[in-house]
Amino acid sequence: MRIASFTLVGLLCLLPVLGLFAGCEPGGGGRKILNVSYDPTRELYREYNVLFKDHWKKTTGESVEVEQSHAGSGAQMRSVIAGQEADVVTLALGFDIDSIADTGIISPEWQKQFPNNNCPYSTTIVFLVRKGNPHGIRDWDDLLKEGIEIITPNPETSGGARWNYLAAWGFALKKELGDLNVLNDPAKKAEVDAAQVKAKRFVADLFKHVRSMDKGARETTNRFVQNKQGDVLLAWENEAFLSKNILPEDGFEIVVPSISIRCEPPVGIVDKIVEKRGTRDLAEGYLRFLYDKEGQKIVAKNYYRPTDPEVLAEYSEFFPKIELFAIDEVFGGWRKVQAEHFDGPEAIFKQILLENAKAK
Amino acid sequence: MKKTSNNPGTPITEPFWVRCLLIGFAIVFLTVFLLLPLLMIFVKAFSSGMVAYFASLTDPRTAAAVRLTLFSAGIAVPANVIFGIAAAWCLGKFQFWGKSVLLTLIDLPFAVSPVIAGLLFVYLFGLQSSLGAWLDGHHVKILFATPGIVIATMFVTFPFVVRELLPIMQAQGIEEELAARMLGARGWHIFWRVTLPNVKWALLYGVILCNARAMGEFGAVAVVSGGVRSTLPLHIEGLYQDFSSGVHAPFAVASILAMLGVLTLIVKAVVERKTAETED
Repeated sequence: MRIASFTLVGLLCLLPVLGLFAGCEPGGGGRKILNVSYDPTRELYREYNVLFKDHWKKTTGESVEVEQSHAGSGAQMRSVIAGQEADVVTLALGFDIDSIADTGIISPEWQKQFPNNNCPYSTTIVFLVRKGNPHGIRDWDDLLKEGIEIITPNPETSGGARWNYLAAWGFALKKELGDLNVLNDPAKKAEVDAAQVKAKRFVADLFKHVRSMDKGARETTNRFVQNKQGDVLLAWENEAFLSKNILPEDGFEIVVPSISIRCEPPVGIVDKIVEKRGTRDLAEGYLRFLYDKEGQKIVAKNYYRPTDPEVLAEYSEFFPKIELFAIDEVFGGWRKVQAEHFDGPEAIFKQILLENAKAK
Repeated sequence: MKKTSNNPGTPITEPFWVRCLLIGFAIVFLTVFLLLPLLMIFVKAFSSGMVAYFASLTDPRTAAAVRLTLFSAGIAVPANVIFGIAAAWCLGKFQFWGKSVLLTLIDLPFAVSPVIAGLLFVYLFGLQSSLGAWLDGHHVKILFATPGIVIATMFVTFPFVVRELLPIMQAQGIEEELAARMLGARGWHIFWRVTLPNVKWALLYGVILCNARAMGEFGAVAVVSGGVRSTLPLHIEGLYQDFSSGVHAPFAVASILAMLGVLTLIVKAVVERKTAETED
């Protein structure tokens, strides 16, 4: 009895000691930065971080660590606001960085720090279908065919899904108006208003083909690719390429629609954190090097469209020619989109979900 | 099962086919819900070969996840053992006003969804709250760092030890303690010689459950971790979402957790047998 008690007490005492030893992080006194990013950039930044550490070591002689964190863009934005100490943020859309800037930890002028409005790469929205394209999907209209199940994340939590939604909306407008420049013509306001109503109808019909929505883009890709659910995945171009090339045995095809949206995921420095940790030069070097030829090549290899024209030309076979429209031209920028389509109880996306639920 | 059916002392009135059906149902159920998933983990883990399997296990990120998991369990479990014994002793051996309120509070982590628990900590320690801002001003980092993970783990494993100890302590009452007191034993002496040995089985069982949950907790920890530091379950999810690590990788790491689970059961069986021997 006594032995048993001693064994027990001994075991209990051993546990924390074991844990405490195990908890000691091995070495590493160098500087460290954290890149808080969105969902599909895991592979891009894993590769880029290795390249950058090498480059930094060569140019400055200093060994540094780069940590990365990934989740849906909106969720990451909320973590940074709650106190996640990100030196740099690389999110899916400008509005998420604007939201962080609104709390004062990022300069309001953040989008002027780096070339091309802080967007070192762009991408677009395409369709991923199963081998042989059994449903003959060629363009946005085909998604509304009877019986097609569309896979997309939830626009309320996923940046990628918001781009999906806007791409579909833009297609419908273009179809009605013939030319998107009409949107800015005050003389044709009545025509534009009618087209907007039709576009809302189109997007609402599209979401009738969506059975369930995940929080982030990667969960959704896994659902389509690994769990084999659905007929068509609305995906980032980079995500579609990655799925197609990493799991080639399953066979997927990318369908490029007639028109899509130009997605420009921006990057930014979190001023308050880099001041606090003394990492401004490192964080700046990290983002600046993304625009370098070497950085741009990694970007292209991970199927993001590089902004450097030479690198883009070099990898041009990756990126199909596609008519792209910008969010600023068609929707008047992210703040307006958020206010009209997603935020608040009257938001158009919420109306669509409600109407679709009633129609069922 | 055979023993009971051959034993004339326990008459079984059900016809043979009913017994077969029930046993068959139980076996099918166990296979589908316990054995197959466990098997799937190992099949998937080895799907890219032995070399790939061991490469995922020796990956530094996996090693870091194992360390963090042991670290947080290593703090959460002993802390909850001390708290659990104290609380169960207090609730089981004494009568006082507000006892049922305290009991309800202890059960709170069972009632609240772990994700909600994680969010509560985000709101409590986040920069938007005054406590969070104050801590940040004093360079104390809790959220999105190891302390947050430990706190979340402690929260969700809070009731395990108390809940195991309490029924036994209540059932045993205070007679033995009173007898020891009358024979001249003092506080700690009574505790080590009478109270603790009486509940050691329940305590061991509580520790095992508490430890299993501490190592396996996902929801609450996922919310407060911030995606940089990963415990084993978070690391497994991360690998599943990451295409560059291979399809087998999440399952290879999951096999560590599965083996930890099996190991826990073995340790429990061995200690049980050893204790039974010493008692005979």
